[in-house]
Amino acid sequence: MSQPLLEARDLTKNYGTVKALRGASFTAHAGEVVSLIGDNGAGKSTLVKCLSGVERPTGGTMIFDGEPVVLNSPNDARDLGIETVFQDLAVAPDLDPAANMFLGREILKPGILGLLGVLDKKAMRKQASEHFTRFGATLQSVDVPIAALSGGQRQSVAVARSVAWASKLVFMDEPTAALGVVQRQRVLDVIKRVRDEGVAVVLISHNMPEVLSVSDRVEVLRLGRRVARFKAADTSVEELVGAMTGALTQEDAD
Amino acid sequence: MTDETTTMSSLPDEQRTPLLKRLTGANTLWIGLVLLGLVAAFGAIRPDAVFQVTTLQFLLAETAVLLVLSVGMTFVIITSGIDLSVGSVLVFASVSSAMAMNAVSGGDATNAGWGVIAFGLLVAVVSGAVWGLLNGLLISRAKIPALIVTLGSFGAAQGAALLLNNGSNLSGIPDRLNRTFGSGTYLGIPNIVIVAAVVTALGALLLSTTRFGRYTYAVGSNEEAARRVGISVRGHLTKVYLLAGTLAGLAGFMGNAFFRVAVVTGHETDNLNAIAAVVLGGTSIFGGMGSVLGTVFGVFIPAVLEKGLVIIGVKEFWQPIAVAIVLVAAVWLDQTRRRARNRR
Repeated sequence: MSQPLLEARDLTKNYGTVKALRGASFTAHAGEVVSLIGDNGAGKSTLVKCLSGVERPTGGTMIFDGEPVVLNSPNDARDLGIETVFQDLAVAPDLDPAANMFLGREILKPGILGLLGVLDKKAMRKQASEHFTRFGATLQSVDVPIAALSGGQRQSVAVARSVAWASKLVFMDEPTAALGVVQRQRVLDVIKRVRDEGVAVVLISHNMPEVLSVSDRVEVLRLGRRVARFKAADTSVEELVGAMTGALTQEDAD
Repeated sequence: MTDETTTMSSLPDEQRTPLLKRLTGANTLWIGLVLLGLVAAFGAIRPDAVFQVTTLQFLLAETAVLLVLSVGMTFVIITSGIDLSVGSVLVFASVSSAMAMNAVSGGDATNAGWGVIAFGLLVAVVSGAVWGLLNGLLISRAKIPALIVTLGSFGAAQGAALLLNNGSNLSGIPDRLNRTFGSGTYLGIPNIVIVAAVVTALGALLLSTTRFGRYTYAVGSNEEAARRVGISVRGHLTKVYLLAGTLAGLAGFMGNAFFRVAVVTGHETDNLNAIAAVVLGGTSIFGGMGSVLGTVFGVFIPAVLEKGLVIIGVKEFWQPIAVAIVLVAAVWLDQTRRRARNRR
């Protein structure tokens, strides 16, 4: 395959004496869905936090678009076109979906009002509504607080917000965890649609059939390092579970 | 994504909740009705005494200072913080401003001109801002709970104000200041009220229409979410406490103009009155929700109760009890609404 969009090499992350990552590597290409799987405590969430700028790795290198990068904050990642759907959603429950979608990226009114920091709420509502329709988040109204929405709708808003801004890569930490059957399918459709636009999608999930159905590739973490890589078409649930539990080891085992 | 453009024409305004429903769903409307009801009730009992120009003028002027404090407090409480220091900061700003005006007028500023008055305003606002900045930095950088930080500055600012003039009130407020901003009126409205109204209107616009206001709600609603989208939460919290302190400084200057003396006592419960006003006005003590308009209603409910009970001949000692009942009921209502909303 061509040059990877994102390549992490030998990342380490220590929390005090706890070694959450012990030389983990990871690769993602533009226009593919790659799932990151592993047992609880394997370091998936830590790896995503390091790759999205939330945490700084203790050691190792990150290469993005052929350039070595250091992410000091989520803003650095965002500037590169990297977005994240966090497991805990990270929405502001008292703000409406449009405000949440544009949080940190508010549209200001043109002219002097904009210089004073006055928001263009109408433009934001309009654009947000379009995005939500596009990404299959069906909301009865765009101006009620997120807290008044159902869990599934909240999740849809969080997913739609991230994919709306991700121009290169989007991390999704268990995006379907709280969803019903229909909404789950919708999120998977969104993932494929985003992939078809040329964006790399990194999916973290515990649901193996889901991983196999939506992914192009699968990378397996175990005890803080990558232990296996598969093409989703050529593997099986048994093989994935084997790699996760240590029954099967492909690489980096040296 | 070409085949998706068909849905682009969806009209967001059709999805908007109708105006009437939005209004009736808001706490602010009900609080406003309570205030209106109180005025109507007192007015019906003693129309001659209640709807007198001087009664209303007094009511408004006395409430103006508390209103300015409460506007700052609204921002603080929406970030789910608290500022107990506002009354002490007011006293400190009031004393230091009076001292500064006296100092540049050779000891007595009673006959001083506009230059000295402007200097006094600057000193009041800056000394308020410094306390606010100190609060903000300790809360956002040192991560000390706002309750503790502002409890500390509540005591420290009061103590510092007493130290400045050895614990006594300070006279020598320029006559010109008192005549214009203290007791002057424009079209029957006391000038001090106009100042407070302008501050309140600017505060309301800042909160409801600007990015600063939006971040205030976001930080109070979910600090972690705000941080993850790249909002500088520490910087924003600092600015909010700075704003509250600055407004307390301005309130101190307004007090000087109104009372013609920098008073060192009588502001010990300003903080609680401001908090009560904000919460009465429908701002959630848990952060993320609230409005300046609600705070305006919340400031006037206790004030109207106090004046009204006196006018209709009920012992004024009933007033704190009545306010307490309304206050607890307001918070209870807020919690019930939140719980109902979050149960989904």
